[in-house]
Amino acid sequence: MRPILTRRQKDTIFVGIFCVVALLVVLQLWLLTATMNAYLGGDRSVAWPAAAASAGCLAVNLWLLRRLVYLQGARD
Amino acid sequence: MSAPGEDPRVYPDRRPLPEQPHWRQDFPTDVPEDDHVARREFVKFLVLTSGAFAAGQCWLALAGPAPARGPFPRTRVATAAELEERRAIEFRYPDEHEPCLALCLGPGRYVAYGQKCSHLACAVVPHLDRGELHCPCHNGSFEADNGRPVAGPPRRPLPLVHLEVTDGVVYATGFEPRTI
Repeated sequence: MRPILTRRQKDTIFVGIFCVVALLVVLQLWLLTATMNAYLGGDRSVAWPAAAASAGCLAVNLWLLRRLVYLQGARD
Repeated sequence: MSAPGEDPRVYPDRRPLPEQPHWRQDFPTDVPEDDHVARREFVKFLVLTSGAFAAGQCWLALAGPAPARGPFPRTRVATAAELEERRAIEFRYPDEHEPCLALCLGPGRYVAYGQKCSHLACAVVPHLDRGELHCPCHNGSFEADNGRPVAGPPRRPLPLVHLEVTDGVVYATGFEPRTI
């Protein structure tokens, strides 16, 4: 059963999810910049760990997006 | 999609539309909910961006390890006397496509770096009176002592060329791209 949430509660949850997604995207941008810097400097040992971390961020973002769609379908 | 005249909305107080206040009957568009949809689209766009970053990371990882460079040839750069007289000599190492600079920082102190700026590969110019190598394209500067960036957009040091002095002749023996 979908939770019954007030619009204000939904709004707060939305802002929280939005902040986490934005933070993760900025983290991914930083990861890509740092990896590219290392790659061009001849150090490719960080490429796979960074790719795994970035994929992890993407997975969390997708899950949060799914929760968001679910949340917006919930009754007021 | 609802039929004309049918009100699909559930209002906060859960009463039907005819029992809602006049202002809500006159303006049935729910602005906060409208905002919700726009913001949700924005979050979708952010998640798409996140996917693009992850794909970029995977592409970097799949590009594989750097091709092994070396063993490096032992190439004559100049005589020590020449280098001390001119203080900076251009040469190419380890192949014709890699311009390098050999510098004399004092008696018997020789260093050499790749000449391509680590920002966008412009040629750096020695300013030994200031103890730096300067990139004129975007005003980047590197320390002449160790090739590390000190100003401007470059973040990585210049590649280091290993030198060896034998019988008064300076030889290049290795090429080392660096991250820090």
